[in-house]
Amino acid sequence: MKIDTALKTGANKPHLPIYLDYQATTPTDPRVVEKMLPYFTEKFGNPHSRNHEYGWEAEEAVEIARAQVASIIGADPREVIFTSGATESNNIAIKGVMRFHKDRRSHMITVVTEHKCVLESARHLEMEGVEVTFLPVRQNGLVDLDALRRAITDRTALVSVMAVNNEIGVIQPLKEIGALCREKSAYFHTDAAQAVGKIAIDVNAMNIDLLSVSGHKIYGPKGIGALYVRRKPRVRLEALIHGGGQERGFRSGTLPTPLCVGLGEACAIAEREMGAEAERLRFLRDRLLKGIEDGLPEVYVNGDLESRIPGNLNVSFAYVEGEGLMMGIKSLSVSSGSACTSASLEPSYVLRALGVEEELAHTSIRFGLGRFTTEQDIDYAIEQVVSAVRRLRELSPLWEMAQEGIDIKSIQWAEH
Amino acid sequence: MAYSKELLEHYENPRNVGALDKTDASVGTGLVGAPACGDVMKLQIRVGKDGLIEDAKFKTFGCGSAIASSSLATEWIKGKSIDEAETIKNTQIAQHLSLPPVKIHCSVLAEDAIKAAIRDYREKNGVAPKKAEAAE
Repeated sequence: MKIDTALKTGANKPHLPIYLDYQATTPTDPRVVEKMLPYFTEKFGNPHSRNHEYGWEAEEAVEIARAQVASIIGADPREVIFTSGATESNNIAIKGVMRFHKDRRSHMITVVTEHKCVLESARHLEMEGVEVTFLPVRQNGLVDLDALRRAITDRTALVSVMAVNNEIGVIQPLKEIGALCREKSAYFHTDAAQAVGKIAIDVNAMNIDLLSVSGHKIYGPKGIGALYVRRKPRVRLEALIHGGGQERGFRSGTLPTPLCVGLGEACAIAEREMGAEAERLRFLRDRLLKGIEDGLPEVYVNGDLESRIPGNLNVSFAYVEGEGLMMGIKSLSVSSGSACTSASLEPSYVLRALGVEEELAHTSIRFGLGRFTTEQDIDYAIEQVVSAVRRLRELSPLWEMAQEGIDIKSIQWAEH
Repeated sequence: MAYSKELLEHYENPRNVGALDKTDASVGTGLVGAPACGDVMKLQIRVGKDGLIEDAKFKTFGCGSAIASSSLATEWIKGKSIDEAETIKNTQIAQHLSLPPVKIHCSVLAEDAIKAAIRDYREKNGVAPKKAEAAE
């Protein structure tokens, strides 16, 4: 069999370890780093210094970057503010909007599969008297539009739905959600950290009012992000960080010129290369899935395979626990939805929200492919995964029972 | 997670993986844990006429710590009497493998697995334990 031969000869072995966790973070593109460098030691001025060349050249660079960020989401540059990252952007959007509006509209809606910064911000607001609806998702990870329609009331100020989920990569129906929110006069915020540069986004066509961008998810530097805030019709919100009034008063603080330049350049590169990159990643992802499925039975994809970004593959390997599996593929850097890999010992809440049963959640691995992933990486990954899963299934009492035809669900397990 | 050399050794080269015939009278089978928790251990012993454990086998669904703990358990109980094997404590397993605090429960499960296998053997053979068991 092809895989066994390759394993013996080491034919596919590339540079190790192989990074396949692009949803966790991305390396900064060398082209981005090059653009950033002058702003550390040569053009180091404060972009808000009005009176000298150092300030003017820094300001110019920031404004170019701002326009690059605006371009990739179809916005006006005046609608883009820089932040320290998507977590901060999400906090501003959610807390800022609700605190401004809660006297007249004190209800907000979000989804159970959102990133922790969205969920925790919403929970924090509950303590301030805001009513929050956490919508469930369907088994494929997508929001039920009818459920959303039923949940919006005339007291709903904000609906927050992430564009692309970080664990399973599914793409929410943004255009439909935006139209619904516009119809009901609620603001639509989307955490687009995993979406920008991967799928086409147009804030006007999609009726988006607020949108969060993350630098380190799109081959930009860490420590920078952006928040799109619509001007027409104007979105009103309360700032979280007060000071000199920078960024239209929404976010005070000296802008980190090199980081802004980096984010801008990352967006510009992504806008240019998105189409070709998506195609290449889809080819690699499908190759990875096929290779795994050809070599192993009982492999389940978590989340919708169609409405999904091309670089994400989240699969469960029945009867093999995730952390144990990751130890067996240490030349690959991936992540798992297993409890054993989380500090809280709870399995992935995203997978549970999909209705994935707990034991299958413990067996899940997330593969994140990206710009620098090669075909050789994928072929090597297939070999490693297939051989590790086979080995661990030989060790697994659950696999043994399944082979014997025992229905595992019928067993009374003794909790300890 | 940074694991100790001993743990990694047991994970890469687990001892005594396999199965014994659970219908055999001299075999005791312990099955502990739950798939929903991400941890299931099956530990089996074959007890000789002299009351000593002459063979032990295990299979585990779980993380590296769980696999290593159960592998170590089978290594330690071979050659011991079932009463001796029963005295193995999870703390000894945890210490030998240098388990991080968040993984201690894996060693507890391994201790439970040993006891469950012994209990099963005793029930099948009508053998009473030397000391009275606490909870029965």
